[in-house]
Amino acid sequence: MSDFWIHLLVYLVILFGFVIVSVLIFIWLERRLIGRFQLRPGPNRAGPFGLLQPIADAIKVLIKEDIIPSEADKGVFWLAPLVAFVPVMLMFAAIPFADGVMLVDLNIGILYILAVSSVTVIGIFMAGWSSNNKYSLLGAMRTIAQEVSYEIPLVLSILGVVMLTGSLSMNEIVKAQDVPFILLQPLGFFVYLSAAMAEVNRTPFDLLEAESEIIAGFHTEYSGMKFGLFYLMEYAEVLAVSAIATTLFLGGWQGPLLHPVFWFIAKVLLVFMFIIWVRATLPRLRIDQVMAFGWKFLLPLSLANLVITAFEILIAPDINTAVLIGINIAVMFGLVLLFSRFYKLGGGRVSIK
Amino acid sequence: MAIKTENFILNIGPQHPSTHGVFRLRIVLDGEVITDLEPVFGYLHRGIEKLAEGRTYLQDIPFTDRLDYLGSMTNNHAYVMAVEKLAGITVPERAEYIRVILDELQRIASHLAGLGFFLNDLGALQTPLLYMFREREKIVELFDMCSGQRLNYNYYRFGGFVQDLPEEFLPALKILLDTLPGFIDEYEQLISTNEIVLIRTKGVGVLKRDLAINSSAAGPVLRASGINWDIRRNDPYSIYNRFEFDIPIAKNGDTYDRYMIRILEMRQSVRILRQAVKDLPEGEIMGKAPKLLKPPAGEVYSRIEGPKGELGFYLVSDGTDKPYRWRVRPPCLLNLSALKDMVVGWKVADLMAIFGSIDIVMGEVDR
Amino acid sequence: MSVLSNTGGGILKGMRLTFKHLFRPWITVQYPEEKLAMSKRIRGNQVIWVKETCIACLACARACPVKAINMEVSRGEDRKLKVDHMSIDFGLCIFCGLCVESCPTKNAIYMGCGYETTTYRCTNVEKAEGQSFSECRCRELILTGDELGPSETRVLSGYDRPDAAEKLPLQTLLINKKGYFER
Repeated sequence: MSDFWIHLLVYLVILFGFVIVSVLIFIWLERRLIGRFQLRPGPNRAGPFGLLQPIADAIKVLIKEDIIPSEADKGVFWLAPLVAFVPVMLMFAAIPFADGVMLVDLNIGILYILAVSSVTVIGIFMAGWSSNNKYSLLGAMRTIAQEVSYEIPLVLSILGVVMLTGSLSMNEIVKAQDVPFILLQPLGFFVYLSAAMAEVNRTPFDLLEAESEIIAGFHTEYSGMKFGLFYLMEYAEVLAVSAIATTLFLGGWQGPLLHPVFWFIAKVLLVFMFIIWVRATLPRLRIDQVMAFGWKFLLPLSLANLVITAFEILIAPDINTAVLIGINIAVMFGLVLLFSRFYKLGGGRVSIK
Repeated sequence: MAIKTENFILNIGPQHPSTHGVFRLRIVLDGEVITDLEPVFGYLHRGIEKLAEGRTYLQDIPFTDRLDYLGSMTNNHAYVMAVEKLAGITVPERAEYIRVILDELQRIASHLAGLGFFLNDLGALQTPLLYMFREREKIVELFDMCSGQRLNYNYYRFGGFVQDLPEEFLPALKILLDTLPGFIDEYEQLISTNEIVLIRTKGVGVLKRDLAINSSAAGPVLRASGINWDIRRNDPYSIYNRFEFDIPIAKNGDTYDRYMIRILEMRQSVRILRQAVKDLPEGEIMGKAPKLLKPPAGEVYSRIEGPKGELGFYLVSDGTDKPYRWRVRPPCLLNLSALKDMVVGWKVADLMAIFGSIDIVMGEVDR
Repeated sequence: MSVLSNTGGGILKGMRLTFKHLFRPWITVQYPEEKLAMSKRIRGNQVIWVKETCIACLACARACPVKAINMEVSRGEDRKLKVDHMSIDFGLCIFCGLCVESCPTKNAIYMGCGYETTTYRCTNVEKAEGQSFSECRCRELILTGDELGPSETRVLSGYDRPDAAEKLPLQTLLINKKGYFER
């Protein structure tokens, strides 16, 4: 019994440390990388190469005055960052860093992660509602619509992976990938990445904190450590989403020569850099276009992906892997093109000449 | 059974990341759809027209810089042309060619700034803005070489110029003209076929033909609605009738057309610049103008095609060395007057896109 | 890419362009370690008055649009004008250069080259007992007489003065920046 408690304590400390350190590194990496995309160096004054910049940000956030608007709903206002942040930390309990190296090897791993990640929506809505500010309210309303509707393609795209593995446990999914699932499920990867970017409010879906329209959305009225928690939550959620993407689609901690933890971190960084690349390039979508994209484009694609995976498993379970990869990629391109013909941009008003 | 809803009023206040300057909008929202709009401006009013009445004509030239501060050369040109018409001063050939060169360079610089901020409002995280400002920096450095400052140039004088172009100007301009079309192609590659930009801007904020004419819109806003009117063609001033260039006209009048017209105008400006640089004659740069200018009593209205539209000056002189009435026709303010009809029925996100595409500078709206 | 044009081709083209920019050198100037050479005709934040060559004609004071120049002249014994008091108020000055253009001798008043004129504290301050810095009348911005002369930090600029322009270095231009021009 005490074995269990020691294991729990050690992993709690490791996970907290990992998340906080990773978030600091991610903040630094994002600011430098976006700077390089925009022909400028990014922060390079605080410490060598700007490495102390996130620490400077953290200290600044800690020493700022905590302002609460007078008409705000104080209990809800105070609780909202916690309700938004804690589920994100809970998500890390079931992600494998190496073979069996995780807090608890749940046999319903991926289901637990999806269930827990839906609770952050409540926190964001609490923040927007209790601020007594029309801009926050607009941001909060958009949040609910967007995050709830993108849960469905997210779950359906993961079901394809679960069908190929036959188990919901995260460790089993990694071990079953002789060929990384991105090759066997390219459509699933595309749908998962789009839905996950919408879940964590990254451009082009970041209209919840669209700086040019509603100033800062749900966290307009927050300052001090509460704002710091929201900031931390955003980057921790991106980290979680990248970690899940590598576990499910890129082969987790598997890799030839080096230690598995190294491969895991390298793959997470790769996915994260792709997300930054998309953020640096694209403008943002409007809320009704986001809803249309989720319901009318991603949902049918993920359903089609599910049906085709089911067919392949039932009809030809022993087919040569290379042929299967080729068929899947061809099917993905065909389906995406077909659906774009049906899904008219902007409700039929737009055509590209 | 209808659900009971309630409109709420949102104040997009004077301090906002997206209003270009201090501008206030009160919008009435029904969910996310805008049903009514009321603009409130005047936060940047400095009383330039009244201040100008107490100073001589020469001392008013620095004031014209500060109207549309992103397009100072064309402001100077409009005012200087008005006074020259009033006092009957002729401008030598070389000065006219230099004026055309500086005007067209200013047009490119102003369009780059306007488009950069438009894309910033759409949500692209300052990436296109920084790319466009890199090109604008090259042009602003050329202006810095001529006049000594980067924003308020104060370079034109009655009858031409006091200081000639420095000798490093023309080689640098030639290098710029060789590479600028390539960079404009890059902007098109980044933006014009981007599906997200297309969804956000096509069909959004349509300004119909009749409304555009009735509300005195001018410049790219007018030409995007399908009306073929450009003062360089219809009422030529300076030596524009010696150059050949096209006037881009669009059909629909939506936000995407206003963006596209500015890109095409930049290309046409490069074309005019090439012709002007080739034909630039030698000679003197200052016509005969008295030191203390006392134009005869009378009135004049003269206009140019600025980057934002038709910029006109109406001057009334009573024979002394100070003007009696000094009036600016501000193109940005008149382009704004149709904002309510363009925006009602669209969502909050579209308001920013439409507002950014009209491309206003508050220094001119409020004067 | 025409078949993908409705699907995502435009977005992919844009992302390719952004990726290319990772390999271009940045255009930031790391001030204050590197400083650019300014234009030869820069109208900086300084106006320099040379007392020896001034003929006290008051042309610059008349030309100023905001009446920042205050001059008092008087006629001396040899029937020539001389300057009793000259001060320029840099809180009012808009650095337009009209005074420099109006000078008939062309070497009595110049624009300055300096643009780094900010300080942490005012030095020339008229303060009563117990007053704080924010309550006093700051005389830092009004320069009179000899303070307006050229010095090491007040270099003559070439605005409308070709003789001073020759002594200044060439302007650094962005189009001449190495390794950046190739697309």
